[in-house]
Amino acid sequence: MKLQEIKDLLRCEVLAGEDDLHIDVQEVVASDGMSEILAFAKSKELMITGLTNIQSIRTADIAGVSAVVYCRGKRPDKKVIEFAKQKRIPVLVTDMVMFDICGILYNKGLKGVS
Amino acid sequence: MAAELLRESFEIQGRNFDKAGEISSEIKVILRDLGIDAANLRRVVIVAYEGEMNVVMYADRGTLTLILTDEDVNLEIKDEGPGIPDIELALQPGYSTASDEMREMGFGFGMGLPNMKKNSDEFWIESEVGKGTSVFAKIRLNSNV
Repeated sequence: MKLQEIKDLLRCEVLAGEDDLHIDVQEVVASDGMSEILAFAKSKELMITGLTNIQSIRTADIAGVSAVVYCRGKRPDKKVIEFAKQKRIPVLVTDMVMFDICGILYNKGLKGVS
Repeated sequence: MAAELLRESFEIQGRNFDKAGEISSEIKVILRDLGIDAANLRRVVIVAYEGEMNVVMYADRGTLTLILTDEDVNLEIKDEGPGIPDIELALQPGYSTASDEMREMGFGFGMGLPNMKKNSDEFWIESEVGKGTSVFAKIRLNSNV
């Protein structure tokens, strides 16, 4: 599924990577625990998290995920967004809660990693 | 005997959450530029990052040494921290002594050391309570776990 479709489904605002919405993702890793992301992500997933600090983007970079969606309307500060741009990681933000996001994306055929 | 190709040490600042992870990102760039394949690179940087975060969270300072040979990547992470009283317990998934502040940073869920071990081919910890902890990890370049 393209990031553009995910953006529309989750009614996201794009904070970084507006030009990269053609990126395709098939799997999702969702957690507020960064070690959990690191333990389960294999690379190129969509990462969903409510953690908006600099470690979220650092973890996304180390784990090699394709894009980050921040849930529950939590917005990262400017420094975090700049860091994501520097690492070329698209960042989207939605007001939806993690449960609903996962349900919507699962219904559309995306799978979790295990 | 494996031939050593690169040895570099990095100072880790304890309690500095803004900089936490910078060393691991730097190691990722160094090893990627040297042509280490993506799967092994991923394992190395996860071990480095979890190790770096442990030092930042628990210790005043530490050192991460990267040693690349023609057979493997070795990471030695040594800190001046509180030490680990029971290493076996610390390696159990889910066991954690993290503070609320650490958990707010997205870490401290009892997965760090198990993650490091899982991504290493050889892994061991030496620790002395009140003095510090040393973690050694070896990732072989011809293996994929």
